[in-house]
Amino acid sequence: MSAASQSAHVADHEEDVKGHGDQSGHGSFKGYVTGFVLSIILTAIPFWLVMGDVLGNDRLTGLVIMGFAVMQIVVHMVYFLHMNTKSEGGWTILALIFTLTLVVITLTGSVWVMYHLNTNMMPMTPASLHQHAH
Amino acid sequence: MASHSLTLAKDGEAPSFYMEEDHHPEGGTMLGFWIYLMSDCLIFAALFATYAVLGRNYAAGPSPKDLFDLPLVALNTSMLLFSSITYGFAMLEMANGKQARMQLWLGVTGLFGLAFIGLELYEFAHLIHEGAGPQRSAFLSSFFTLVGTHGLHVTLGLVWLIVLMVQTEKKGLIPENQRRLQCLSMFWHFLDVIWIGVFTFVYLMGVLQ
Amino acid sequence: MFANLDLQKLLFGRLTLEAIPYHEPILLVTFIGVAIGGVAVLGLITYMRWWGPLWRDWFTSVDHKKIGIMYVVLALVMLLRGFSDALLMRSQQAIAFGANEGYLPPHHYDQIFTAHGVIMIFFVAMPLVTGLMNFVVPLQIGARDVAFPFLNNFSFWMTVSGAVTIMASLFVGEFARTGWLAYPPLSGPAGSPGVGVDYYIWGLQIAGIGTLLSGINLIATIVKMRAPGMTMMKMPIFTWTSLCTNILIVAAFPILTAVLALLSLDRYVGTHFFSNDLGGNPMMYVNLIWIWGHPEVYILILPAFGVFSEIVSTFSGKRLFGYASMVYATVVITILSYLVWLHHFFTMGSGASVNSFFGITTMIISIPTGAKLFNWLFTMYKGRIRFDVPMLWAIGFMVTFTIGGMTGVLLAVPPADFVLHNSLFLIAHFHNVIIGGVLFGMLAGITYWFPKAFGYQLDPFWGKMSFWFWLVGFYFAFMPLYVLGLMGVTRRVQHFDDPSLQIWFIIAAFGAVLIALGILAFIIQLVVSFMRREELRDVTGDPWGGRTLEWSTSSPPPDYNFAFTPVIHDHDAWSDMKRRGYARPLKDFRPIHMPKNTGTGMILGILSIGFSFGMIWYIWWLAALTFIAMAVVTIGHTFNYNRDFHIPADTVVGTEAARTRLLERRV
Repeated sequence: MSAASQSAHVADHEEDVKGHGDQSGHGSFKGYVTGFVLSIILTAIPFWLVMGDVLGNDRLTGLVIMGFAVMQIVVHMVYFLHMNTKSEGGWTILALIFTLTLVVITLTGSVWVMYHLNTNMMPMTPASLHQHAH
Repeated sequence: MASHSLTLAKDGEAPSFYMEEDHHPEGGTMLGFWIYLMSDCLIFAALFATYAVLGRNYAAGPSPKDLFDLPLVALNTSMLLFSSITYGFAMLEMANGKQARMQLWLGVTGLFGLAFIGLELYEFAHLIHEGAGPQRSAFLSSFFTLVGTHGLHVTLGLVWLIVLMVQTEKKGLIPENQRRLQCLSMFWHFLDVIWIGVFTFVYLMGVLQ
Repeated sequence: MFANLDLQKLLFGRLTLEAIPYHEPILLVTFIGVAIGGVAVLGLITYMRWWGPLWRDWFTSVDHKKIGIMYVVLALVMLLRGFSDALLMRSQQAIAFGANEGYLPPHHYDQIFTAHGVIMIFFVAMPLVTGLMNFVVPLQIGARDVAFPFLNNFSFWMTVSGAVTIMASLFVGEFARTGWLAYPPLSGPAGSPGVGVDYYIWGLQIAGIGTLLSGINLIATIVKMRAPGMTMMKMPIFTWTSLCTNILIVAAFPILTAVLALLSLDRYVGTHFFSNDLGGNPMMYVNLIWIWGHPEVYILILPAFGVFSEIVSTFSGKRLFGYASMVYATVVITILSYLVWLHHFFTMGSGASVNSFFGITTMIISIPTGAKLFNWLFTMYKGRIRFDVPMLWAIGFMVTFTIGGMTGVLLAVPPADFVLHNSLFLIAHFHNVIIGGVLFGMLAGITYWFPKAFGYQLDPFWGKMSFWFWLVGFYFAFMPLYVLGLMGVTRRVQHFDDPSLQIWFIIAAFGAVLIALGILAFIIQLVVSFMRREELRDVTGDPWGGRTLEWSTSSPPPDYNFAFTPVIHDHDAWSDMKRRGYARPLKDFRPIHMPKNTGTGMILGILSIGFSFGMIWYIWWLAALTFIAMAVVTIGHTFNYNRDFHIPADTVVGTEAARTRLLERRV
């Protein structure tokens, strides 16, 4: 492990001398075009689904377009941001995973917490809830 | 570089404890900038969370169905997508050392970015004109703030783009400038990713409800 | 007449002469004191012709060691302000019973408790932590500076600007009367129409930029700039805790920035995020700010854990017990700290599922913390313990922090929290962990690394005086608050009717006086040590028998830290080097590549003060002008490509030869 990291260090130094202190790739023409075509498709389908009301079910459509959004984010990460497990010694992907975890915690946590806001404040029994509703 | 080879470090033997040659740690700029982007991502997470919680509080005012103009959003989205691919082409030209062509692609990217901002400003002006400004309801407050923050980032990216084009013109494609252009590339594509969340979560899902 | 009024509004916004509190005797006396002191200091600097060196060697410096020291100086100055607020509160509460209204009217008392909290967290604890990390981390990992030296200088000046903004509220206008987290709707435009909350917002936003950037900087430093051979699991524990703290900073501060921005929009633009009408929801603010706020607690305590790990192992003469478990505990705390935020508002009204989830996660987080405590105890077990001052702080911490941790677990039980929420029990709890943990840790760290920074040790007698006054003072000041809290006394109360409570507040005030003596002893310690610096001189660079790399270089270290980059084979690298007969290199020195100093950071800092002042007082021309100036200076700075230089080999030879002579004279 240490010997391997040592030789990696040496390689980095040589690269650094040439003035490229980074390993993030520039991508390729093919990569960019692939990413572009995919993202056009993945954008067009959700717009079509919503504007044309194709599925006829709002809940289902919501889930489906969220799925497309996730796919498109992955496409952008791979083809435009050149994410992979090796760039910067894996630190970028680690940072990304950590951040995404926190994004999920912040979003779902806030929604959950705020949804619970009045559980113990407002009328608490189903019966009294029922009364207030009318 | 072999002077401190770690194979010597066995028990008993005294290994070398320092490097006789200059030590060049890897540049931390790309990683540092990526970490900054992650922190920016969390600002957006807070704004998305606010929209998720307050986004249905219309206060008897207009709802997304009344306000959002999906064809306009689709046009806007395509502007951003086009700007992404053109920035990518600029980076490819940079890798090939073709400065003039890179500048051209950067200019095209800037125009697409400008179009995006223009369309967004038009949309905002239209909404405010209709009485659906950020003061109308919590839904509109969080909508304007989330979308506006993204727009502000794109504007910042445009200023940065112009500065870098000037700097490349002055100094050429020296390593410093290449590094900066790569940082802006990450920034620009990152804003794309945020926009995917915006058009899906705010516009499309908003119209669905 | 009317036109005249308009012109005044245009020029000064809502700033009028009435904003200067010359009718408040306490503030007037403070102002005169500060003015005389300030003039005296400025006069002394001018008289001694220190302006040049101060500007060249300190203000514009990008050297991580000097920036670290400046952070600590800022923190100690702000500690005096924050502690004065504490004394005012303790004395007010000790006398304000029945017919006696005390000497602080409510509107003033409310500003004081807000300022106390804000200053102690953001401008004492944070700069202490950042300063210590800045100074120590590059030395511990064998680097010559941080990854982005200019950014480091800029971060420092943003923190200073935030502190200056907060301090300005003392003499121009007022500070927030909302409590340190400024909950709406009280902090909204209707609840607080004055400038107080705006001072709060802009002070924190500006300092927050500095904190965030320094977090990014230190992460990149630790990840990218470790000396060859130092794998992650060979990093010193303080570096590990610093890494986790900075990850937390980068992950938590954006939320604070966002939530304060939303509050500003409510106040400046009239949006409805946290208002009570038109769909706003004040609890969303509370929710968001604690998503930042709880990790913030760990941002402060993790580096203190790191300091104690270094100190306990050094002064026990042993390798740290359970290094790997210490690392895992730190990482687990880092992640868990994001899953507990609701325990700050159990009483909001959420149902059993939410409350029990957050109660359980809170209790779980005490497990890795407990593991750490056992690791320190086992490190001491059968060690050859030296009771120097840093070790005293460490032991005082272990006892005190454990008590604070236990009351924390009590508060984590939702039904118990319904009784204790917002009571003085809570106040006692968090002072118990923040003073007993963070503050003891930082004072221990300052005592421990002081000889490294200045080349002489701190006087141990006054150090012990300071420690004992702090420790005993702490127990006198806060144990009564536990009692009062259990009796149901709430926080932030300016006057009491029940005379039976008074005795407890008098005891607490007595404790505050003891702590004041502890602070005084610390200041005397600094002065006495400076006077006796020749006797206390550290020529070896390793006064404590240290175990990590920072002790391998001279005290104070040369600008370049290490003439040759060290190569690491084991954790506790310096201890390993000493054991295996390391010989200091004496020849073949080379020129060393270093970053140049720059004044841009300080200029941006000053401009940002102008910007925040303009925003606070609605002086729009000032805000616009300084904003444009900041943009121009920033862009202008990027046009300067010539940012580094080489220290000539001759200079390195000279510096290292001087050290050789010093070491030989000692033998």
